[in-house]
Amino acid sequence: MVIVGGEVVFNTAHLPESWKLDTYVMHGGYTALRKVLTEPMSAEAIIAEVKKSALRGRGGAGFPTGLKWSFMPRHYQGEKYLVCNSDEGEPGTFKDRDILMLNPHALIEGMAIAAYAMGVKRGYNYIHGEIWHAYERMEAALEEARAAGFLGSNILGTDFCFDLFNHHGYGAYICGEETALLESIEGKKGQPRFKPPFPASFGLYGKPTTINNTETFASIPYIIREGGQKFLELGKPNNGGTKIFSVSGHVNKPGNYEIHMGTPFAELLEMAGGIRGGRTFKACIPGGSSTPVLPADIMMQCTMDYDSIAKAGSALGAGSVIIMDDTVCMVKALERLSYFYFEESCGQCTPCREGTGWLYRVVHRIEHGQGREEDLALLDDVAHNIGGRTICALGDAAAAPVQAMLKHYRHEFEYHIEHGNCMV
Amino acid sequence: MLEIEIDGKKINTPAGGTIMDAANQVGIYIPHFCYHKKLSIAANCRMCLVQVEKAAKPLPACATPVTDGMKVMTRSEYAIKAQKGVMEFLLINHPLDCPICDQGGECSLQDLAVGYGGSQARYQEVKRVVTEKDLGPLVATDMTRCIYCTRCVRFGQEIAGIMEMGQIGRGEHSEIMPFISRTIDSELSGNIIDLCPVGALTSKPFRYTARSWELSRRRSVSPHDGLGSNLVVQVKNGRVMRVLPLENEAINECWLPDRDRFSYEGLNSPERLTRPMIKQEGVWREVDWQVALEAAANGIRDIRQHGENPLGGLASPHQTLEELYLFQKLLRGLGSRAVDARPRQTDFSRDGAQCGALWLGMPIADLNHLDRVLLIGSRLRQEQPLIAHRLRVAVRHGARFMLINPIDDELLMPVTHKAIVPPQAMVQHLAGVLVALAAKSGKAVPEGLVAGLSGIEPDSVAQAMAEELMSGERKAVLLGNLALHHSAWGDVHTLALAIAQMSGATLGILSEAANSVGAWVAGAVPSGQGDMSFADMVDSPRKAYLVLGLEPELDSHDPAKTLAALKKAGLVIGLAAWKPAQADWADILLPIAPFSETAGAFVNMEGRVQSFHGAAMPLQEARPAWKVLRVLGTMLGLSGFDYDDVDSVRRALLPTGDLPDGALSNGLSSLRFDGVVMTEGLTRVGDVPPYRTDALVRRAEVLQRTDGVFASAHPDVLAGIGIVSGAHVRVRQNDAVCDVVLTADTQLAPHCVRVAAGVAEYAGLGAMMGAISVERVS
Repeated sequence: MVIVGGEVVFNTAHLPESWKLDTYVMHGGYTALRKVLTEPMSAEAIIAEVKKSALRGRGGAGFPTGLKWSFMPRHYQGEKYLVCNSDEGEPGTFKDRDILMLNPHALIEGMAIAAYAMGVKRGYNYIHGEIWHAYERMEAALEEARAAGFLGSNILGTDFCFDLFNHHGYGAYICGEETALLESIEGKKGQPRFKPPFPASFGLYGKPTTINNTETFASIPYIIREGGQKFLELGKPNNGGTKIFSVSGHVNKPGNYEIHMGTPFAELLEMAGGIRGGRTFKACIPGGSSTPVLPADIMMQCTMDYDSIAKAGSALGAGSVIIMDDTVCMVKALERLSYFYFEESCGQCTPCREGTGWLYRVVHRIEHGQGREEDLALLDDVAHNIGGRTICALGDAAAAPVQAMLKHYRHEFEYHIEHGNCMV
Repeated sequence: MLEIEIDGKKINTPAGGTIMDAANQVGIYIPHFCYHKKLSIAANCRMCLVQVEKAAKPLPACATPVTDGMKVMTRSEYAIKAQKGVMEFLLINHPLDCPICDQGGECSLQDLAVGYGGSQARYQEVKRVVTEKDLGPLVATDMTRCIYCTRCVRFGQEIAGIMEMGQIGRGEHSEIMPFISRTIDSELSGNIIDLCPVGALTSKPFRYTARSWELSRRRSVSPHDGLGSNLVVQVKNGRVMRVLPLENEAINECWLPDRDRFSYEGLNSPERLTRPMIKQEGVWREVDWQVALEAAANGIRDIRQHGENPLGGLASPHQTLEELYLFQKLLRGLGSRAVDARPRQTDFSRDGAQCGALWLGMPIADLNHLDRVLLIGSRLRQEQPLIAHRLRVAVRHGARFMLINPIDDELLMPVTHKAIVPPQAMVQHLAGVLVALAAKSGKAVPEGLVAGLSGIEPDSVAQAMAEELMSGERKAVLLGNLALHHSAWGDVHTLALAIAQMSGATLGILSEAANSVGAWVAGAVPSGQGDMSFADMVDSPRKAYLVLGLEPELDSHDPAKTLAALKKAGLVIGLAAWKPAQADWADILLPIAPFSETAGAFVNMEGRVQSFHGAAMPLQEARPAWKVLRVLGTMLGLSGFDYDDVDSVRRALLPTGDLPDGALSNGLSSLRFDGVVMTEGLTRVGDVPPYRTDALVRRAEVLQRTDGVFASAHPDVLAGIGIVSGAHVRVRQNDAVCDVVLTADTQLAPHCVRVAAGVAEYAGLGAMMGAISVERVS
């Protein structure tokens, strides 16, 4: 698998043993933390810098990071928590595990800076259940950081204290939902909480909590070291910095590509070696399986940033670009996606628990030649009854692919129903 | 206050509330399943989705906070579409088995499906099947019907105080279940039947015996503990089929302990006494009422001239106010000053100083708001399941809870300080708390206590308890059954009263029985010098006894002694709803109606007079006891027995319908305490298990199946005689012996042997809280 580094997160990824503290420090690592602690930078100044950078949450929702940090009650008496969401588990996503593997100290440094800015003394890094090797790599990095005095008490001789712990999940997709993740850390069944209250006021163990994605935290040291303006300029307004795109599917060189926000999709596709076997590019899911599919012609007009993809009717999500060539049957593709959401629904609220299985069964039926004429209207309706009706976004994530597939590839479904087999 | 609009109605509603609260305020019904006013918000069923102006999607009314100017539409096309969408999802995997479902006719899903369900299913795939779970003898499951509202799960965590149900698995494969191979053992478990909005959890004893629409519903009051839970008794063809809670926020809220809910089985027991019986030459014969009453009246006439107080009256505090009133009136009318309805009490030394009926000292609902509680001598969860719940609420809100008890029960709440000590040492510990309190507050102890307290050195726990009682605003010192049954109850009462007075706390007595307070009010207790207490009547046997609703072999403090006294008597007339369980102690048995078949009133621990009508006709020839006593009084030529109905009996006692001023008091006219008497050897802790408290519940076979261990001892006791846990031993109290299996119990105080009272197997033993010895058997 290919890894192409940019300026921010994978800047040292090409180096041997890039994950070691020595390598990290040799290339400017922990200077940002030193800067905030010894200059010292005020919390306000740090948050202002992050706001200026236009860094948006890399976990998928794209919420402005600086704004999220400013929600944390600064003068709250008592414990507050910082949580990193490394529970990457959606089909198509595979960037955070490479950050944990190749640049764990960027995450640690980013979290320490965030903790300092928000007055937090304890952090957790929730790691997805199926990447044990990344957990072990991260554990080793924490050891190194503690030994070098970048974590623990009186960091760099100041009175700033911050302890960071890894927490290993067990592979449930739903635990990537931030409140389910908090429940899971608390030792409970991973199920989303109803919001409000939001984690900033009632988070882990009921205390104010900020949760960010791995890539988000790993971008922080660059922003502090080089300035928010410089980060912003790597991308485009409102879409600052670089972003890692995990390109998978029918390309010649699948892998993680850290490129500037706003790069044309065509360029990214070219970096990834183009469509496998010289075939025709058919469709793309641009941000992970929960984002709506876009046909090739629309996708080719997009640039890779939040605003452009949103305008095209999908979402940048976590930057998990799934490329499909003309051999793909969209009914089969949707069957697989629907099965995922059926299996991963937590079962807490009615529309998702009952509806995801229904969606899957109907698509399955169509794929296996048992489709009925009324099935497409039924799929539309069931998806509509799930989307926007659930406690968390999993319901929307299950409904969106169905609605988008029917919007762009309805004829393939109709063909399946009519002929009992596939048109591709 | 915020101003919002729901369905076009302008409402002022407090900030912090939800749309559901606001809608309830103006009587707008929003369909729901998971929402329950007494439980936390889960927002998982999504049935209560409503339209909110400017919101991008429908919002759950139960979880959405109101904001000023909010416009809510609960019945708009948009809202109804969302609600119907949820209903369709709920029904796709729900079996269409309403005709054989016990919930049919009282099912939220069934009811709402009429309004929101389609007439034909669009879902034509396979339906989910979920395996049944064994929740024990009380709750039946049909988990395929479950809609995952998690009310039962939240009930355990939030009300019962123990999580016994949970959700496992994900998505469609998730299941609501208890911990693996565990049943639901909470004393409040039956409430999950009421909470379940569908037929997933139903009553096992009631299962398949009636349809809800066949049942007539009658309000009633629980005859068991002193709380006086309000009941709906449901009857079919004259038979009580089921008991449900009647909501009363001031008493039982919407809950019922299992004892109140399932004891009705005893009403239909084959052991019911249905015809009068007379024992002649050792043989019981059924006779008609006339013969029985004449025999009883003649017998009483024969002995009434024999000395002072020839006739003793022993009554159960589970009888109604009217019955107890006529009972004492009959006895006193016959010139006898021997009547008592406190069979499990043994120390009556402060009777003369007692100023009124012992009671809680405050309204029941105030318990939730206490911030300091000292509980003395109580197995709280089994004695008073819903008082335990209210105190858990208080503790959750920050109350400090302290305990002085011979048993270290799991109370499902943090206990700040506790002294788990043998019964005699409880007195010593209380004295210690009082001494510490006096030292810390600089107040003088009452004069009558000075001598008894000299030489008492409070230990660190007593000091800490005194310290806690010095602070706080709303404080209570509560006394439970193990205090009431204590061999030095008078000392316990005196010291607790002094502690309460010195610390500014309220002294409360957790009444043992449904009508403990009423018995005092009715005069069914000694009322002055020369009157005989229960113990007096046992210690110096009477010529004859009249026994009302009591099973002396199980209900008295010292069954061996009580039975001996009854055996010596020339005549024992029992008014009983059930045939005597154990001992043949009576000569004439008159069948009386249990609470469900008579009208009357109970006075609960907060002094509330709660009257009720009969829910069913008396079984066969059983008759309400007040009528039996009325006839007996008339036959014996007594005046004042010509009552027309039960209301006129009550009016004679309580002209206003309420207790007279000053009827309730936990005070003592003089305080005296002569010091702690410590005894050597082992002490019996004879607590009454939750389902052995009275004749009715003892006949509810299904509840007996949930019983735990009845005989145990501190491990040192077992080690002392060289036996292991689970060994057969012989326990001895004076001449009374009984063979038991003793298990080791680290929750028991040292030098204590627990042999439960009210249990048939141990009925021959002596004092509930007296000396006991243990011998090995080979």
